[in-house]
Amino acid sequence: MAETATKQEEKEALFSKNNRRLLTDPLDDNNPITVQVLGICSALAVTVAIKPAFVMSIAVVAVTAFANLAISLMRNGIPPRVRMIVELVVIASLVILVDQILKAFSFDMWKQLSVYIGLIITNCIVMGRLEAYAMANKPWPSFLDGIGNGLGYGALLIIVAACRELFGKGSLMGFQIMPDSYVGNGLMLLPASAMFLIGIIIWIQRSRNTKLIDIS
Amino acid sequence: MPNLNSNNYTVIYVTIMTVIVAVCLALAATGLREKQAYNVELSNKKDILKAVNLDDAPDIEATFDQSIEKLVVDVNGNVVDGVDALKIDLKKESKKPVEERNLPVFIYNNDGNKSYILPVRGFGLWDAIWGYVALGNDLNTVQGVAFDHTAETPGLGAEIKDNPSFGKQFEGKKIFDEGEFVSVEVTKNAITEPEHQVASISGATMTSDGVSNMLKKDLGSYLAYIKSLK
Repeated sequence: MAETATKQEEKEALFSKNNRRLLTDPLDDNNPITVQVLGICSALAVTVAIKPAFVMSIAVVAVTAFANLAISLMRNGIPPRVRMIVELVVIASLVILVDQILKAFSFDMWKQLSVYIGLIITNCIVMGRLEAYAMANKPWPSFLDGIGNGLGYGALLIIVAACRELFGKGSLMGFQIMPDSYVGNGLMLLPASAMFLIGIIIWIQRSRNTKLIDIS
Repeated sequence: MPNLNSNNYTVIYVTIMTVIVAVCLALAATGLREKQAYNVELSNKKDILKAVNLDDAPDIEATFDQSIEKLVVDVNGNVVDGVDALKIDLKKESKKPVEERNLPVFIYNNDGNKSYILPVRGFGLWDAIWGYVALGNDLNTVQGVAFDHTAETPGLGAEIKDNPSFGKQFEGKKIFDEGEFVSVEVTKNAITEPEHQVASISGATMTSDGVSNMLKKDLGSYLAYIKSLK
């Protein structure tokens, strides 16, 4: 697993094999949603169509990457007894700053993102990666781990959103795909359907990759 | 290296961190406030223009200043002087008793054909929703609407703003039925009164009901003003 793979102290290339694995592992073997089972709440909430899922993914990539970087830089000074509070303060202030700056300089973007910005604070992937990775690793690998996990989260979000939008509304990215006679499946528009879809994806992933079965 | 586990270190660390974070956020909030308020006002102007299909104008502000006349009325239909219709915060107004509320009216004069753009505000599923309803010269036919929201679910409730075909349904609807105020209802059932009903968004019943209630309540407070014009 990625956590144990990069404990070496030697100087290594920016995109060495180990560092590349930090980016690729979360896409499959160590996917934050299907394997670590983090961030389920927002995965249910924002996957009703592809566009919001995509926007949310970009926002989460940015926040996991920079929160990981910040905590990794601070990791040797954080008092262990209040470390989660410190982590939460870092996440929340990063998110609020982004929110304020967007509202002032990119208002249209802010309107698009408004709900998600708040949701990011509560996304347990961010906290999970800070605890599991950034607290024990150097800044650069932590930054990559943040990006990797953000991408892994985003990939799954978009797969689920594509299924829900296609079967729920008959469209993809807002464009009508299904013939007009297609009656949208109302269940697909409700958050519960994302639970079934994620369950099915976990099932497929584990039947294909048996080493995952022992992990959980 | 200090002892990370000592009480003193923990307290000092947390205090310093809190102060730094608080100062940063306070600076960001106050420093950007003016710019943000300007953006909010611009977006309101854009929504007002959207209700009469003018929102694709290249310069929103100039178009607004040129073509929109604004005034404020009270619930009895009398014009209130000395209040800027754009500066009225509908959230604060809705907390006042009905008689004291300032109701903004925006009038678009298109070669003698007047459109009356009335703001409405209510609650969706999660938070506030609001919008502008443009009534035609007869003060009965809806010419266009522009809805917006704070935090409705994207893909469901947020469709009131994002999906143009939801707003389009309102065009041509009537808010009066033989002189009686009935508003426009958003319904998930089959439409039985095509003049006063539009279809709701499936999966977003609470938001759709919110739109119905908001139209009924807020358009209702303009009744005296509408009567005075007729």
